[in-house]
Amino acid sequence: MNMRNIKYFFSEAYKSLYRNRVLSLATIANVAICILILGAAVLLTVNASSIISNLESDVEIVAFIDKELSAKETDLLQSKIEKIDGVKTIVFVSKEQGLKNLQEKFGGTEYDLGSTLGENPLRDSFEIQAVDPHQVPDIAKNIEILNGVYKVNYGKGVIDKLFQVTKWVRVVGVAMIFLLAFGAVFLISTTIRLAIFSRRKEVYLMKLIGASDWFVRMPFFLEGIFLGLTGAIIAVLLLALGYSSLTGQAHTILFLPIVTDVRFLLHIYAGLLAAGMLLGVIATYFSLNKYLDV
Amino acid sequence: MLIQFYNVSKIYPNGVKALDDISLKIDRGEFIFLMGASGAGKSSFVKLLFREELPSRGQIFMNSRSIVRMKRSEIPKMRRNIGVVFQDFKLLENKTVAENVAFAMEVVGAPLRSIQKRVPQVIKQVGLEGYEHTFPGQLSGGEQQRVGIARALANEPLMLIADEPTGNLDMDTSLEIMELLYDINRKGTTVIMATHAQQLVKSAHKRVVMLEKGKIVSDSQVQFEEQQI
Repeated sequence: MNMRNIKYFFSEAYKSLYRNRVLSLATIANVAICILILGAAVLLTVNASSIISNLESDVEIVAFIDKELSAKETDLLQSKIEKIDGVKTIVFVSKEQGLKNLQEKFGGTEYDLGSTLGENPLRDSFEIQAVDPHQVPDIAKNIEILNGVYKVNYGKGVIDKLFQVTKWVRVVGVAMIFLLAFGAVFLISTTIRLAIFSRRKEVYLMKLIGASDWFVRMPFFLEGIFLGLTGAIIAVLLLALGYSSLTGQAHTILFLPIVTDVRFLLHIYAGLLAAGMLLGVIATYFSLNKYLDV
Repeated sequence: MLIQFYNVSKIYPNGVKALDDISLKIDRGEFIFLMGASGAGKSSFVKLLFREELPSRGQIFMNSRSIVRMKRSEIPKMRRNIGVVFQDFKLLENKTVAENVAFAMEVVGAPLRSIQKRVPQVIKQVGLEGYEHTFPGQLSGGEQQRVGIARALANEPLMLIADEPTGNLDMDTSLEIMELLYDINRKGTTVIMATHAQQLVKSAHKRVVMLEKGKIVSDSQVQFEEQQI
């Protein structure tokens, strides 16, 4: 391949894009929308995963202990719980501390919960975190049967529902991404097919004159890559702008653990650009139809 | 021997038998008329020659090499030995005369220097000097066919295949195009011309292969009274 050929491929691709400029623009817009939704779905999935894993790690077991347990027995119980498989951390919360936490959570400072309740109705408790949130139900069961444990709380239904939601967000996200990618491929390949169709005489001549297959195909591949990449660039620009303005607000207003790691985001954006290019290549490959097969 | 057909049949998927057990040899430097009514098999014969179609049965050799068993990657190289001229010219309307001719050399990756040298040569050979920068739409039918011939000659093929090259032209213009083809043949290029214009053939004193319903019904040098061309 020499420089003149490369120049020829680019000029042919450019001419074809320009000749079908309305269609080219429409395709780029369509690809941009596809990649935009694709990117939004990716960001949504990533953030949902991040939020959920955040919630998951928040899931903890609270074991209330019998009121008559001595300090020594409490220590013994703590060491027993520590030995249970899958337990990451265990923290002792005295009933005084528990009341204080409750006060902070609900009352603030202007309202004294302790004086309203009179005697502290709470029990001493352990707050236990699991290595893997999925183990929480099993660990809770093991703690429940220990002597000196009054009651175990871990928000049974909540965890199960949470895992279900996580699963569905991931499944739907992936399905959406595949659907949209399929749509983008279809659009680009339609455009390329039209480009080939509008140049079918030229292509036919090239083949009869003795141009090699790759020589005939190269301009169309360039055209497909251009359509995919340009659409992706527009989408990524819009996405980056929208996301950065959104994350600023989400952090301050919603307190959500939004993904803001710049390097991670750059990876996603680069991936989207590569996806756009890949879509162009795949779509062109699928549209190299009978007009190229002389 | 340039071209050899051995028991070649062509049956299309719709059941039409276009060629039926054809055997034929064509020497280097020959000028052959391929005659017959519409549907006699002329177009199929021509398409088999540059391997746009494959025979259903039989073998075709070019320069002693089978073009039937040829690998896909070898086809382009084989086709560079052949120049094709069409009834409807098939010129690229958005390119000038010179660009149309250069196109044939560009797509086979010819170096720029040889394109710049060769294009004016063939344009001169077909008698279109001064029209280099004209677009096909501004030319007459005969002139357009000259561009088609110049393009077919650009890569200096061994063989020129002309499929009804005068089919869209009036008699006087057709005779001019014939003169050009004879001239090309005199310079050593084998010319195979499919036509049903009997008048052109009669005056030519060349080998005539007559096709009828896919079979060769005669293959001879037809003798006719001389005509002033």
